[in-house]
Amino acid sequence: MKDSKAAHQGAPFVAVENLTKQFGRFAALRGVSATFDGGRLHAILGDNGAGKTTLLRTLAGLIQPTRGTVTVLGSTDIRAVCDQLGYMAHPSLLYDEMSGMENLRYFARLYGIQDDERCAKAISAVKLDPELTRPVGQYSQGMRQRMSLARALIHDPKILLLDEPFSNVDIGSAREMVRLLESMRAAGKTIFVVTHQASLLDGAADEFVWMQAGQIVGRTRQLQPVEVR
Amino acid sequence: MSSLPTISTATLTKDLRLEWRSKDAINSMLFFALLVVVIFSFSFNPTAEESRQIAGGLVWVAFLFAAVVALNQTWARELRNQVLDAYRVSPAPANALFVAKAVGNFVFVSILEALMTPLFIVFYTLRALGPAWQLIPVAMLGTWALVVNGTFFAAMSIRTRSREIMLPLLLFPISIPALLSMVEGTSAILTGEASAKFWIVLLAVYDLVFTSVSLLLFESVLNAE
Amino acid sequence: MKKAFPIFALLTLVLLSYALYEALVAAPTEQTMGEVQRIFYYHVPSAWTAFLLFLVNFVASIVYLLNRSDKADILALVTAEVGVVFCTVVLVTGPIWARPVWGIWWTWDLRLTLTLVLWLIYVSYLVLRRFSSGSQTPLMAAVLAVFGALDVPLVYFSIWYFRTQHPSPVIGRGGSLDPRMTRVLLINWAAFLCLALLVCWSRYRLERLKREVEETQALEALLEPKGVR
Repeated sequence: MKDSKAAHQGAPFVAVENLTKQFGRFAALRGVSATFDGGRLHAILGDNGAGKTTLLRTLAGLIQPTRGTVTVLGSTDIRAVCDQLGYMAHPSLLYDEMSGMENLRYFARLYGIQDDERCAKAISAVKLDPELTRPVGQYSQGMRQRMSLARALIHDPKILLLDEPFSNVDIGSAREMVRLLESMRAAGKTIFVVTHQASLLDGAADEFVWMQAGQIVGRTRQLQPVEVR
Repeated sequence: MSSLPTISTATLTKDLRLEWRSKDAINSMLFFALLVVVIFSFSFNPTAEESRQIAGGLVWVAFLFAAVVALNQTWARELRNQVLDAYRVSPAPANALFVAKAVGNFVFVSILEALMTPLFIVFYTLRALGPAWQLIPVAMLGTWALVVNGTFFAAMSIRTRSREIMLPLLLFPISIPALLSMVEGTSAILTGEASAKFWIVLLAVYDLVFTSVSLLLFESVLNAE
Repeated sequence: MKKAFPIFALLTLVLLSYALYEALVAAPTEQTMGEVQRIFYYHVPSAWTAFLLFLVNFVASIVYLLNRSDKADILALVTAEVGVVFCTVVLVTGPIWARPVWGIWWTWDLRLTLTLVLWLIYVSYLVLRRFSSGSQTPLMAAVLAVFGALDVPLVYFSIWYFRTQHPSPVIGRGGSLDPRMTRVLLINWAAFLCLALLVCWSRYRLERLKREVEETQALEALLEPKGVR
């Protein structure tokens, strides 16, 4: 585990320290501290309510932690590095009434990208047809998830944050997604995947991060159940 | 970094396209306003002289209610599939979204007013005795007053438990001075008995104050979780 | 600090009883209005107290927006709650006084209308606090408080001009107040201010305790062992 390149280069790629998040009467994170290396595929696993999604959303800057700090690419202000982050959630984050290309064109504008060529490339990269005029609402779940991935990739971010990308997706599409993720890691991207279908990532992920009750309880290189306390 | 006008324009275009395809907001808003007009004219059935006195109130209350229907739709579209999160993780400025939404609502409500005003004139046999051109600044400033706060409070009320009900509860008390200005300004013009100048100035001040404070605070509301 | 509260409570009680005696017995009876005028000693101090509390609410809300301090939020909450109570007293005692004196329950007088609109704004503030969930309540409430406070001058001018166009019963407030009446009025105001401070204080303590308990519960809830899979 000690062979990581990033560890020698000073500042960690992504780090969280003593992260706590409280939602009213409920605490979703309870003092999470960890550092993550760049260029790897990290799978975050755990039961419902373990705090996986909250952790991911905090990394994406969608949630402000109650206490603790998040450092991404050396910055504690996520707003400042948000153009290096790509976020994908279980809901598609797309407008159902518009076609894939129309959707991507809009989201590209948000990153200051005016180039239709790039949108078309992003769609081709996830094995979809940029010419498809069908509204996204009529796509199959698997297609919609891939289009959602294209949206997260439109600005070519260094870090990808994926929340349950495989749920409600048939096994073939899910395997296809995993292959896409592996090729992106090979291209140097750092990927975080929150999922409860760990077996899909067996052999693909570089590391499995196990969460329980708002804390990280174990980190393993292989997919194996961890001994909890 | 992407600029506010570019992103506002892109968002506005996107919203108008979505509205053109679904016609959710405009249809429900139009039908609602029509219902209000018909019910009001049943309940009051006034003479020409009386309608001049009360029309200002009727028209604006009808538009206010109809506007609430449209305002509630504003953010509903962004909540479906959690699209708002995609905006929030992007470097696009929050105010660009607010400006686009407010201008979009201004367009919708203005269309509604343009379509409903002839109906009011027919049902209530209205004819202005004062300077009729002043109705235009009253209508435009008044509509912006409703829409700017309405867009802002709609963004707040979608975060609450009883979304749709919350908006009027927040919007109406704050809008009292604007509503009073619209109603009194319109009545003054219709009856020709008084000048509407004070009301137009008050509406302009109201718009200025609340547009500024909305732009100042929208980012924190958008990022509240 | 723990002793200060009961001592202050006792002092307030004494002051209130004294003020009650002054208002009902010691103050001279007004010549034209008669005994009913004594409601004035409750009506006016309540109004002043309510306005003062709303002012504190505004300042606390701005402080919250600037530094997200939990204390400022609690202060804003309690001053709005107590302010609405005093404002309600104003709106109830007003018509009781107006009916025998002017022969009408209500008139769109500048002060009355302003008080009514203030009451509406702050009730909507409390409704918002009630219906928004969890961690975002303080922010939403503070934002609304700023909108509400900025609305007050606009409400004032609109009603002022509205009133000049629509004459309503003349409300004679001219003429100077009997010095003995002024004294009683000020004593009552002092008593009401103490009462408001006392209620705010205890409400503030209660709210702080409630939040501490919630935070502890939130952390404990996560610690409880979950069903074994």
